[in-house]
Amino acid sequence: MGKLKLFLTALPFILSIAIYFTASQIRHAENPGDKILPTFTQMGEAAYKMAFEIDPRTGERLMLTDTLSSMKRILIGMIAASLLGLIIGLNMGLFPGVEALSSVFITFISIIPPLSILPILFITLGVDEFAKIMLIFIGTFPLICRDIFLTVKKIPQEQITKSLTLGASQFQATYGIIMPQVLPRLIDTTRLSFGAAWLFLIAAEAIVSDSGLGYRIFLVRRYLAMDIIIPYVFLITFLGFVIDWSLKKFVASRYSWYIQSKG
Amino acid sequence: MMINRLKGQQLSSILYILKFDYGLFFSYIESSQYESGTGGIMKKSIIAVIVLSMAFFSLSCGQQKKEYRIAWSHYTGWEPWEYAEHAGILKKWGDKYNITIKLERINDYIESINLYTAGKFQGCAMTNMDALTIPAVGGVDSTVLIIGDYSNGNDGIITRGEKSLKDLKGKKVMLVQLSVSHYLLSRALDMNGMQEKEMTLINTSDAEIGAIFKTQKDAIAVTWNPILMNAVKTPGATMIFDSSKIPGEILDLMVVHSKAPDELKKALTGAWFETMQALEDKEKMKAAVEYMAANSGATYDEFIAQLKTTAIFYKASDAAKFSKEEKLKKTMDYVRKFSFDKGLFGKAAASADYVGIEFPDGTVLGDKKNVKMRFDDKYMQMAAEGKL
Repeated sequence: MGKLKLFLTALPFILSIAIYFTASQIRHAENPGDKILPTFTQMGEAAYKMAFEIDPRTGERLMLTDTLSSMKRILIGMIAASLLGLIIGLNMGLFPGVEALSSVFITFISIIPPLSILPILFITLGVDEFAKIMLIFIGTFPLICRDIFLTVKKIPQEQITKSLTLGASQFQATYGIIMPQVLPRLIDTTRLSFGAAWLFLIAAEAIVSDSGLGYRIFLVRRYLAMDIIIPYVFLITFLGFVIDWSLKKFVASRYSWYIQSKG
Repeated sequence: MMINRLKGQQLSSILYILKFDYGLFFSYIESSQYESGTGGIMKKSIIAVIVLSMAFFSLSCGQQKKEYRIAWSHYTGWEPWEYAEHAGILKKWGDKYNITIKLERINDYIESINLYTAGKFQGCAMTNMDALTIPAVGGVDSTVLIIGDYSNGNDGIITRGEKSLKDLKGKKVMLVQLSVSHYLLSRALDMNGMQEKEMTLINTSDAEIGAIFKTQKDAIAVTWNPILMNAVKTPGATMIFDSSKIPGEILDLMVVHSKAPDELKKALTGAWFETMQALEDKEKMKAAVEYMAANSGATYDEFIAQLKTTAIFYKASDAAKFSKEEKLKKTMDYVRKFSFDKGLFGKAAASADYVGIEFPDGTVLGDKKNVKMRFDDKYMQMAAEGKL
């Protein structure tokens, strides 16, 4: 059974690679200069050049530069979104005043499709890093914040009352008793929001940028360089996977009670 | 992909067939479900596949007139194509050579060239630089059928304060990188003994560049019409360089697959120069410009202004003559060197000689064994002599 499972897991991958390989071979037999479905060798060579050779114009290794600037944007955006989401969500869940103040507003913000305000962001915030980070932030913050809010709401009221009667200050109850309980949930939600964050990052880089993974893809699209685009897509997938995996592992090792409570 | 190819008439006939067969097939499913329970779903999908493939098959057999698809995107120099279709000129020339020419506008310029290169279109409107770097470098043997015009001020560098190119040192410049704007900037810098390294280039979508230029106080942009025309109206904006300083280098073309049939080449060339005649004719011109202006979202006056910065070859003889001039070779040499320097030839090309560009007199620039871009004056010449 184990082998069958492994086989079934691998099957769609093998099939897609085989289909791609055949189609690419057919196109290359017709036209050796075909750029639409590059062969694996072509992709390998292009990826190698992007990753290890120094670009004569900028004096940098392009793939490294692109990865670093994209990672910088997405990480700053996501850290900001999750920290602010935690603090506001926590306070919204505990204090009725904060809830009244921000709950409806954040719900409203979360309904606006972030990509639709992209042109506004660039016009108001300029073409530098800030607009791109803001897009990632706006796209992920409301969801994280509302999720934390709902998680806090689910914590039994008795626990809060108890901690307050035992002499905890409001500050202590909020950040000492309740916050540690929602932290794994925060990491989990942030992890799931990364998919959306990548989308916003690439959209922003496609429109106005001077480096980044999305920038490169949309730049070389200009001359149909699929041999660069496809390796970049895999790089993005790989980075996404690594982030997802490490956050998952972190939650599993640090908060085993959370995993158990999820069943 | 399949669905995409089936448009208009084809689509309606396929719908008809489907509807027709669906009636039969639906009654069959009903009865089969009673008979075999959930097994019906399997049968349903098998039958659906058979019906669909039959429909596709019958479609591919029953065509009389050959249909050719031509792609274009919005640009002053290409708007006449849409007018040619609107005025029935394309249909007239198609009928003359017993073919159907289907003109399709693609919203995104680069996407239209990519679709042409992928073989979805027989012809596509594009610039000389893109014709070289996308289809030709991609191994798609392409022929420049018509040289429509050259940019004579349609592309420019605009600033909000800087007075000359020297002032761009250390600044951020927005442009669609690797486009003709980039070429223009590169030529401008060359002429002033400067280098691209001296500034930061920001790749900016042509959809946003106009709005960003207007709202950012220190913006510098390289762009084309109609964006350029609107952006330069911003208070404090100056045009410090434009394509009239490098006339005849940014060419707007109709490019077709070299293996495309003669009928298509003749019909397209004939239709184009008849449209050009209409634009020269004082009576017809007004209606044509009104139509093109409305179609491109400009006012009549704005469109006239754009036409002034576009050096259109109204006469086929002028276009044919231009394609035979020595200057064209020099231009293409600039273009291919620029393209190679910027990596537009891809990672596989070892030098600018990677692809060959053939000129009407038979000379080849670059690799003679790998000629993928051909300037052909044959059809323009025929149009000039009234032989089409």
